[in-house]
Amino acid sequence: MKINEFGNASVDIIVSSISLVRTSPCGRLEHLLPRRPTILTPEKKSLAPLICLLRNRSKQSMMAQLLNSSFTPTSPCLRRQSMPSLTQPTSRKLQIQAKIREIFMPALSSTMTEGKIVSWVKSEGDKLSKGESVVVVESDKADMDVETFYDGYLAAIMVEEGGVAAVGSAIALLAETEDEIAQATSKAKEQSSSLSLSAAPSSPPPVETKIPDFVPVATVVKPATVTAVASTHPASDRGKRIVASPYAKKLAKELNIDLSGVVGSGPMGRIVAKDVEVAVVAGAAVAEPTKPPSVAPGIELGSVVPFTTMQGAVSRNMVESLGVPTFRVGYTITTDALDALYKKIKPKGVTMTALLAKATALALAKHPVVNSSCRDGKSFTYNSSINIAVAVAIDGGLITPVLQNADKVDIYSLSRKWKELVDKARAKQLQPQEYSTGTFTLSNLGMFGVDRFDAILPPGTGAIMAVGASEPTVVATKDGRIGMKSQMQVNVTADHRVIYGADLAQFLETLAKIIEDPKDLTF
Amino acid sequence: MHSFISTSPISPLFHHQFQSHTSLTGLPSSPSPFSLRFCGLRRELLQLPQLFHRVSSKNRTYVSAAASSAGNGSPPKTFDYDLVIIGAGVGGHGAALHAVEKGLKTAIIEGDVIGGTCVNRGCVPSKALLAVSGRMRELQDEHHMKALGLQVSGAGYNRQAVADHASNLASKIRNNLTNSLTALGVDILTGFGSILGPQKVKYGTDNVITAKDIIIATGSVPFVPKGIEVDGKTVVTSDHALKLEVVPEWIAIVGSGYIGLEFSDVYTALGSEVTFIEALDQLMPGFDPEISKLAQRVLINPRKIDYHTGVFANKITPARNGKPVIIELIDAKTKEPTETLEVDAALIATGRAPFTKGLGLENINVETQRGFVPVDERMRVIDANGNKVPHLYCIGDANGKLMLAHAASAQGISVVEQVSGKDHVLNHLSIPAACFTHPEISMVGLTEPQAKEKAKKERFKISIAKTSFKANTKALAENEGEGLAKLIYRPDTGEILGVHILGMHAADLIHEASNAMALGTRIQDIKFAVHAHPTLSEVLDELFKSAKVNVDVSKPVAV
Repeated sequence: MKINEFGNASVDIIVSSISLVRTSPCGRLEHLLPRRPTILTPEKKSLAPLICLLRNRSKQSMMAQLLNSSFTPTSPCLRRQSMPSLTQPTSRKLQIQAKIREIFMPALSSTMTEGKIVSWVKSEGDKLSKGESVVVVESDKADMDVETFYDGYLAAIMVEEGGVAAVGSAIALLAETEDEIAQATSKAKEQSSSLSLSAAPSSPPPVETKIPDFVPVATVVKPATVTAVASTHPASDRGKRIVASPYAKKLAKELNIDLSGVVGSGPMGRIVAKDVEVAVVAGAAVAEPTKPPSVAPGIELGSVVPFTTMQGAVSRNMVESLGVPTFRVGYTITTDALDALYKKIKPKGVTMTALLAKATALALAKHPVVNSSCRDGKSFTYNSSINIAVAVAIDGGLITPVLQNADKVDIYSLSRKWKELVDKARAKQLQPQEYSTGTFTLSNLGMFGVDRFDAILPPGTGAIMAVGASEPTVVATKDGRIGMKSQMQVNVTADHRVIYGADLAQFLETLAKIIEDPKDLTF
Repeated sequence: MHSFISTSPISPLFHHQFQSHTSLTGLPSSPSPFSLRFCGLRRELLQLPQLFHRVSSKNRTYVSAAASSAGNGSPPKTFDYDLVIIGAGVGGHGAALHAVEKGLKTAIIEGDVIGGTCVNRGCVPSKALLAVSGRMRELQDEHHMKALGLQVSGAGYNRQAVADHASNLASKIRNNLTNSLTALGVDILTGFGSILGPQKVKYGTDNVITAKDIIIATGSVPFVPKGIEVDGKTVVTSDHALKLEVVPEWIAIVGSGYIGLEFSDVYTALGSEVTFIEALDQLMPGFDPEISKLAQRVLINPRKIDYHTGVFANKITPARNGKPVIIELIDAKTKEPTETLEVDAALIATGRAPFTKGLGLENINVETQRGFVPVDERMRVIDANGNKVPHLYCIGDANGKLMLAHAASAQGISVVEQVSGKDHVLNHLSIPAACFTHPEISMVGLTEPQAKEKAKKERFKISIAKTSFKANTKALAENEGEGLAKLIYRPDTGEILGVHILGMHAADLIHEASNAMALGTRIQDIKFAVHAHPTLSEVLDELFKSAKVNVDVSKPVAV
């Protein structure tokens, strides 16, 4: 039970008190029925109480066996885990050489297939001695203290509190000596990605799908009042202190939102749950941590699904956008020169997103009104800097990382910045100013083959540009020739209270010139 | 008058602790299980056999005759009444009913309304609110509903209707109580009562009566630490909160004992967000630590509640001039200011203080201890010199032994037993306590740390057995598998030392354990008692069965 044929540690955990697993006789049998129909056939079920009494005595022994059998390691990774035997050559191959042992999710009842970590009694680095409680596990029946079989150090916790792990999968590593803790920690990192069930709701699930460099989406939502409303909460000491309601705090923690960047809309500027939800949608953070991104499999057709908090906030912002009178102007731009430039400087780490943002920023610099915004319907602001927000889809959510001062920063720095922002977004570490300070938004669906679309204007900004795919097109020129050119269509949605048709037309003309003759993009 | 649904910081066992805290404001909610306060009613309905009535009538004729010839000497030779009870709360009511049963001519003095705290400002209206919150919780829990196959759309409530339900319930129970007293021939004397001298009581402005025995049952009022300004609107005690005049968006609850916990259940179900302020280092300090840990996981963490522990609310200012309620917190140990909270309302749930002012105790040389009337184990009042005051008893919150409604009632019955010639000492350790959150929490006897201490002192071993609601068929049928029952016992004798339950209907389940403790039933005997299947009571059945008693080994029984 303790040593498997591979010479590695297998079981580090025993159940401290079997009495905990005792269940009401009939409760147990009813539980077992679906899984172990042989125990009691349905006809016999009516006799359950009687049979239960008869079975009661054997229950303990049955339990013990079940517990034993569950200790057989099932996780393939633990078999791979043979330690380097170079340092300690030994004649007997079956000797335990592993000094780093895995602590497994034990089977605490016969029906248990997975267990939830209620709490870690010990923390990483703590010294453990045999028989000490290490972790509290919640099974389908009860919560139980689970203790270690070995002396050592709790080197790495692989499934955090609140996380769920399959029976038999590793939940932590136990190092025999202090020196091996570091080794175990790195090992834990290696293995954590292979854990399928361990995604703790409190910690972000391992990101496996790579975010495409440039997957902007059609609609971008962000709080309309990011800068407009200053916190006036008397307790906030002019922003030094954060005043947030209990639920807002809880939600912020859950969604990994930094409250210092959230503007409160509650009584006296207090941050309430709604504000956190808005901030989620606006930026950094991420899809619902408790729910996996909703993908096609598993969708129940015909079902009514309530909005998640993020969807609710998106909905509110979309409705809010209806209060802004918008109009659209489209333009077809030839991209041959841009494509050629891109090909040339791509090896230097320049991305298409950065090129487009740069081109847009340079055009905006010549048309400041398109970079303005109207918030109260009575006045508008010429924004002092040109910050290009780029909508990116991630894990079913939306992020708008912002390339600040895109007109001034050179293309190489801009590309590096973009990479950094995407990495941060992926790690959910975007700071509020990195997603909420955009003055103009870019949205690109070209990579899906979309040739044209229009975008909804994010409340609080003046314009958003929808970019379609660049496609080879047969073009007639004025001198009567026909040729092949790559062209893309862009479509700008703008707030007509401040930006008029002629403004947009001139802006687009400038943009087209820049893109068609992109030498200015690289300075 | 008697106690309310909550803990008190003020327990005789913890006098010194309390004194060290009185100068501060954020009192610990409950340092001891003996200071828990709960509420329960006893025989409040009019179902008593006519027999009692007849007995008392006969008795009255006899006593009145004696009374008519009574002089006004001190102490008098004959008396107006056999027993006069000051305070018509649940404690006084329980004592009065039992006194009638024993054939005593009884009067009860009440300066306010019949029913006292429990019926009017405590357990009774709070249960009405909790009934609402329980249903709201269920209806709002989509996951739970869906698991049962139910579809409910948009649960909502009408605040005034909820408040009316609470006040209607209180007035109904109050009427029942009043009717039961009058129907049994207990004289209800209106006015504040005070003690003039031995066996002599004044009530109202100048009515003087004599009684062979007197019971003080004046109960308690919410305790408000100094520095906290209660305006009854935004800074409130349970007295105000039970009227449910507002449901604030954000309410701070000072004290995480029973009152605080129950109100957090109500407020969060009705949509408020709650911040607990607790002076001790952990929430719900009065419970068995394991239970409070689980309670935190079930009742606090998943709800819209946050908390500050180890801090006192040094100063609380009600909302005015457009400013919110301002709460200044200081560290419980260093007394350094830690934080200032601004909330919409604050509920002061720091326990209850005895209501014993103006009782005329100085006339019989009795000095209260921090307001509590000192008594011995038979509820006999002790005077300043440490001597028993003859014919004077004090029950309920006013003596502070165990601030629970049903404890007051039990103490009253115990006193009546004594004055009618039968010695009786109440075993406080077998009195159960319950907190009516969703799910409920209940307990009887010692907590694990208390049991360990006792075991160390008296050199015996203790064992712990636990069962989970997750293994109970009925609980699973209700989809309410969250819960734990814990038994602390002596493996050498099978004696039950304590039982703690968190789970569905825990408050109703505890009585099997408390009755066993009261009657001295041992585990090895009760484990053979049969429980209907499938019921929640099987949780306790399993609990007793899983205990390992070594009686057969250590003390073989001859066959």
